[in-house]
Amino acid sequence: MTNVGVIVFPGTNCEMDAVSAVETAGGVAEFIWHGEKNLGDVDAVIVPGGFAHGDYLRSGAIARFSPVMEAVVRFAAEGGPVLGICNGFQVLAEAGLVPGALQKNAGLKFVCKPVKLMVESTSNVVSTQYELGQELTIPINHFEGNYTVDSKTLHELEDNKQVFLRYVDNPNGSVASIAGVSNRAGNVVGLMPHPERASNTLLGSADGLPMFVSLLTNSFVAS
Amino acid sequence: MRFDVQVEITPREGISDPEGQTIERALPILGFGGVSRVRTGKLITFEIDADDVVAARTIVDDMCERFLSNPVIEDAFARISDVAAVG
Repeated sequence: MTNVGVIVFPGTNCEMDAVSAVETAGGVAEFIWHGEKNLGDVDAVIVPGGFAHGDYLRSGAIARFSPVMEAVVRFAAEGGPVLGICNGFQVLAEAGLVPGALQKNAGLKFVCKPVKLMVESTSNVVSTQYELGQELTIPINHFEGNYTVDSKTLHELEDNKQVFLRYVDNPNGSVASIAGVSNRAGNVVGLMPHPERASNTLLGSADGLPMFVSLLTNSFVAS
Repeated sequence: MRFDVQVEITPREGISDPEGQTIERALPILGFGGVSRVRTGKLITFEIDADDVVAARTIVDDMCERFLSNPVIEDAFARISDVAAVG
């Protein structure tokens, strides 16, 4: 069965929800403490949400130097699928695994609500179960989700179909309403919305579940 | 030798600064008119041991680039000076 490693930093708080979503999607998951230097026998990696290392200095700035991140960088370089959610997205951005940076929301408001999203790409590891232009309702829960890139990088993202999700109504000032992006190869994806909190109709939406199904489908065994 | 370091980190020119914008909007409400181009940032201070000021500058620049600032959205400016000799 496909085994997903869920990274846990001091201050991570969405790891149980991520495991639950993986199990709902038909996989198994294990926690990997941030001090580990190896990922062990995993086929995919999730960096879940929270406040890794208290978000001191900048969100994700200290987490990216945790020992486990070297292993995540190696795994990603070999083509392993990596999904970063919310604070996990911030960690991946600080580590340079996905382009751009997340800064404070426009209007300086912490925003916690379900939002409508548009699927803009179906070619990365978490998007293959969706259709282009599909509308999803998934909650966001962040203060620093204002996605920022320079215009040159933005053009590259658009040209390479690296924009995965866009907000229908931009809640935080993100450039081009971007809610989620992938790396060039499509095996590393970061997004601010919480698909694990929309993985069961009991939670109000199951629109996020196909991301986990897709992640399992596109999982990877390192050579 | 020991050096005093002050690193100022500010949002890059052209990058929005939501905190600065909010302060700028609040100032006129409090009666402080005529204020524009408000930018916020952070100040990090520390002392560092290095052979000389050039060596200290090399280390501090590397620190700024890789950790203290995020070059995608921030600029870092470091002031380095000798720690005043104690008595």
